[in-house]
Amino acid sequence: MSKKLSANTIDLLNRPTIVQSAAVGGKKEGEGPLGSYFDIINEDSLFGEDTWEKAESTMQKTVVNKALEKANLKSTDMDFIFAGDLLNQCIGSSYGLRDLDIPFIGLYGACSTMAESLTMASIFADNGLANYAMAVTSSHFCTAERQFRFPLEYGGQRTPTAQWTATASGAAIVAPNGDGPFVKSVTIGKIRDFGITDVNNMGAAMAPAAYYTIKTHLEDTATQPSDYDLILTGDLGQVGTDLLIDLLMRDNIDISKQHNDCGLLLYDLEKQDVHAGGSGCGCSASTLCGYILPKMRQGKLNNILFIATGALMSTTSVQQNQSIPGIAHCLNISTQR
Amino acid sequence: MTQNSGQPSPQEYSKMTEKYSKNTKSYKTIPKAFLIGGLICVIGQVLLNLYAMAGFDEESAGMMTSITLVFCAALLTGLKVYDNIAKHAGAGTLVPITGFANSVVSPALEFKAEGFVLGLGAKMFIIAGPVIVYGIVASVVYGVIYYFIGLFL
Repeated sequence: MSKKLSANTIDLLNRPTIVQSAAVGGKKEGEGPLGSYFDIINEDSLFGEDTWEKAESTMQKTVVNKALEKANLKSTDMDFIFAGDLLNQCIGSSYGLRDLDIPFIGLYGACSTMAESLTMASIFADNGLANYAMAVTSSHFCTAERQFRFPLEYGGQRTPTAQWTATASGAAIVAPNGDGPFVKSVTIGKIRDFGITDVNNMGAAMAPAAYYTIKTHLEDTATQPSDYDLILTGDLGQVGTDLLIDLLMRDNIDISKQHNDCGLLLYDLEKQDVHAGGSGCGCSASTLCGYILPKMRQGKLNNILFIATGALMSTTSVQQNQSIPGIAHCLNISTQR
Repeated sequence: MTQNSGQPSPQEYSKMTEKYSKNTKSYKTIPKAFLIGGLICVIGQVLLNLYAMAGFDEESAGMMTSITLVFCAALLTGLKVYDNIAKHAGAGTLVPITGFANSVVSPALEFKAEGFVLGLGAKMFIIAGPVIVYGIVASVVYGVIYYFIGLFL
């Protein structure tokens, strides 16, 4: 059973387990610092398909099948799948997962989708609604560029604050019982908008949401940053990270020792020329599912906060000069019950 | 209950964002744009001279130069090279006629996936379109002014 602790935070009393996870990445992700932690690296950005959208769907299907294979499970063992991506109408997920025959719940939380889907899967597992629930999300550099920005071959320049959408996907399977890592509690964030209008500065747009969710989680669970080995945000990048630490410091919460960001881990910022860091649903999904969760299983990390952040704008809202709302959801994942 | 004790006002947050957002390294980007943009113009001049030597009159040589530059930019875009040059050159590749060619060819390539009519055909001018529209509007305004000045001179 789950227990609501506060307006935002839910305590998952049965401590559902993330039984298995998998990550798939593209060529650039394979060349990055986390390259060796991916289950599958696909050198071909098209994943053998003829369009980028089909490629993203195939990537999502691949990661789901890989997670099932690693867990020694079949798709029919899954009771629910929670999935989403960045594409209009979430076609990355719906086309990628349509052949799997699993009850499907599509989600949109922009780049926060890994935390959102994992939260939902954990709540379902905790309340006995699923023996197995899966959370999956993806992003693809090429689909994101053509939908949100410019054609790939357009000769434009990125600003220093721009981030690089990861071509990556991550999937995690949650069960009510197991040996861990356990999802102990989740904090559902509120939409936060501090008035940022620059679409090339997503980190700045999302930092307020991360700030709110982390602060709320620490207060609701009566914990300190030092209680955690790692406080991992999704894709704030360099600018968002600096802002988040500054915002929390104003409330005398110092997370600088524990904090890291998937957008800073996934790439070598200078060598791979990704400016302020990585972004996209797949950035936090692959970092969590490919790098962090295995580390927890190996006992190298014990108690973490995972806070994926999303920017909830669309090209239309941006063209109409609206500011960018941010969202962040937080999960406390621990090897101890 | 979360107190928003440290929460900044939008103005304050805007200042904080500015503080942490790195600026473009203009000392590097501007010279690069100047050199590469300048190089394209030099190539244009060389072409112009060559066409003139080949016997084209001034107007035709100019036209042939533009056609050649547009062709090269389109080809380099198709070969996926142009954007890699532009990453360094910035306005150096954007301002010359090559930038215009790239802005038409790149969406044509990108949106071919949605078909020749609704993809390639409809989206080809998605970047260059506004330039053409306002370019024509500006030339109309210029023409009207030119006409009226002509009446008094």
